[in-house]
Amino acid sequence: MARIPATSRRALLFGTAAVSAGALLTACTSNEPTNQEPAADNAPVADDKPGKAVTIGFAGPQADHGWLNAINDNAKSRAERYSDVTLEITEGSNDTAQQIGQIQTLINKKVDVLVILPADGKALTQVGLEAMRAGIPVINLDRVFASPQAYRCWIGGDNYGMGLNAGHYIGEQLKDKKNAKVVELAGLDNLELTQQRTQGFDDALKNYPNIKKVARQAADFTVESGQAKMAQLLQAQSQFDALWNHDDDQGVGALRAIDQAGRDDFLMVGGAGAKSAMDAIKAGNSVLKATVLYPPTMAASAIDLARALGQGKGVGGLAEFEIPSSLTLYSAVVTKDNVDQYLPTGFI
Amino acid sequence: MTQPATAEQQDAPTSAAKSATDKESSRRPLGLSWDVRTLSLLAVLAVLVAVGGITAPDEFLATSNLQLVLTQASVIGVVTVGMTFVITSGGIDLSVGAIVALASVWATTVATQEFGFAGILFTAVIVGVGCGLVNGVLVAYGRMVPFIATLAMLASARGLALQITDGSTQIVTVESVLDLGARDAYILGIPPLVLIFAAVTVIGWLLLNRTTFGRRTVAVGGNAEAARLAGIDVRRQRLYLYLLSGLCCGIAAFMLIVLAGSGQNTNGNLYELDAIAAAIIGGTLLSGGRGTIVGSVLGVLVFTTITNIFALNNLETAVQQIAKGAIIVAAVLVQRRSLHGDA
Repeated sequence: MARIPATSRRALLFGTAAVSAGALLTACTSNEPTNQEPAADNAPVADDKPGKAVTIGFAGPQADHGWLNAINDNAKSRAERYSDVTLEITEGSNDTAQQIGQIQTLINKKVDVLVILPADGKALTQVGLEAMRAGIPVINLDRVFASPQAYRCWIGGDNYGMGLNAGHYIGEQLKDKKNAKVVELAGLDNLELTQQRTQGFDDALKNYPNIKKVARQAADFTVESGQAKMAQLLQAQSQFDALWNHDDDQGVGALRAIDQAGRDDFLMVGGAGAKSAMDAIKAGNSVLKATVLYPPTMAASAIDLARALGQGKGVGGLAEFEIPSSLTLYSAVVTKDNVDQYLPTGFI
Repeated sequence: MTQPATAEQQDAPTSAAKSATDKESSRRPLGLSWDVRTLSLLAVLAVLVAVGGITAPDEFLATSNLQLVLTQASVIGVVTVGMTFVITSGGIDLSVGAIVALASVWATTVATQEFGFAGILFTAVIVGVGCGLVNGVLVAYGRMVPFIATLAMLASARGLALQITDGSTQIVTVESVLDLGARDAYILGIPPLVLIFAAVTVIGWLLLNRTTFGRRTVAVGGNAEAARLAGIDVRRQRLYLYLLSGLCCGIAAFMLIVLAGSGQNTNGNLYELDAIAAAIIGGTLLSGGRGTIVGSVLGVLVFTTITNIFALNNLETAVQQIAKGAIIVAAVLVQRRSLHGDA
């Protein structure tokens, strides 16, 4: 969670960054940078110390879902930590036209940096371009704009990686089992991210020839749909060994359906990292054994990046004078073994 | 065990035919059309059951699956019964899904859960009735178009539900509520939620077909002016109808809490469309003046059975949606044909 480096990390950064014009390239190559002398004076890095005042505009979708709500909370609480940051946060909206209007308002207010989590990345690309042209750099959070010109930096989760890690976890659990069957309860099929999660899952399973995916149904990311679709899946599949459920919110419903059907003959892996899921993993008394993270803490990281951008600095620990152009978070697998470490990030 | 109310209603003469409005009497005899519509819908259902039995023989006809289909039909079914009344009167209620959401999240707030089973049930029903009252007053006395009034309710109830939950899922911890959805709560193999649905259906049928209230509803939908001249307090009738719809939403919200074990602001998503579609497929006229509870319930069962068959055969969502649309069109075309072009 902590993206803000301790001041002592400066030395590390300065030690690895080169002063020369080739400095920017150092991160692109895996070679050890050929260091002549530390760039002590001209590679500033954002830290907790107050710097130039930055006004960050934040526009996101309607927080009608635990994860999105956690996104807003993470952004707000991180911004409050900095005395030099003013956060202008708009009312979330899933309506494209309305979100465009809100972002235009922030542009007119001349905020220093924009953090945008678009309800629909493609649909909001134009307004991202508009902001960039107006000289306001955009941090594109999670749902990516259609054009790289519409943002200065993208930070988000790894949907493909979620599927991949869920698949590998299940694969390892079942590797000694002959003719193992797995079932997938996917999220909203209209969303590209759902296809990515499924693709990653399928790719991981290819490593385990003893495992076959026997059924996949899509739910709507809601408790109600999770319950309904899972009840159907349980009816359709009288026996299977593992279930991957794309989303912990719909997982509440799925667990309810599993409970109602009295089934406990398989292991379940969730997705996203809701607190209720982590609590269940910790308690260890249900089929839910793991959840694959899609951390809402990325919103806090986005605020860090926006602040660094506004102050014209790099971020700690990275050998850059600037913030990176893209950052993909890791989809860690939370199990009983490491759940205590991740519980504080679990969203309600 | 499927649709206990249905068989009995098959032979029952419709009292809708008795409605004495001008518009009604100028139409073809309703008794016949009622039967043909219902029969054609039953035929669709029979075909679906056959398809289910053929494509997934082991799973589809299992008792546990029939219990599942009926359970899944129950929540939306109760909403559809209320919707049938509103549409029969020539109105529409677009807010049902939002009311279900609001009632379910209000009833599952921690404060409410402290009062246990009764607290949750009471809150869900009261919130539903309260929203219905607002709808009714706006439509009947505020003279707002039902489409707009209930659209406004849709927006504000969803907003309020979001406000209450702050976007998070409210998990129910009251065991007595959860137990109602458990297997050992089944009565003679019938889930309690299905019994609630059956009771609402029977009461709804009696109300629409056997009472003055029902005849007034049909009359208002057939020709509101004629109904007014005939001495019916049209406004009060409309108020009652939206109240009734709200009540059904409150009951459905409670049922959903039992089913899903939680309250979420996304509950009841698109119920308005499902309920309207089921009612229209069932043979209730969107323009009002004719309504059939049996048809609505059959409509709900058709939809639920389709969904079930799709899931058992592991069809993709896209295919499911296309097929669902095709079946809606087919069901309506079959009805039209059997009625010689009369829609």
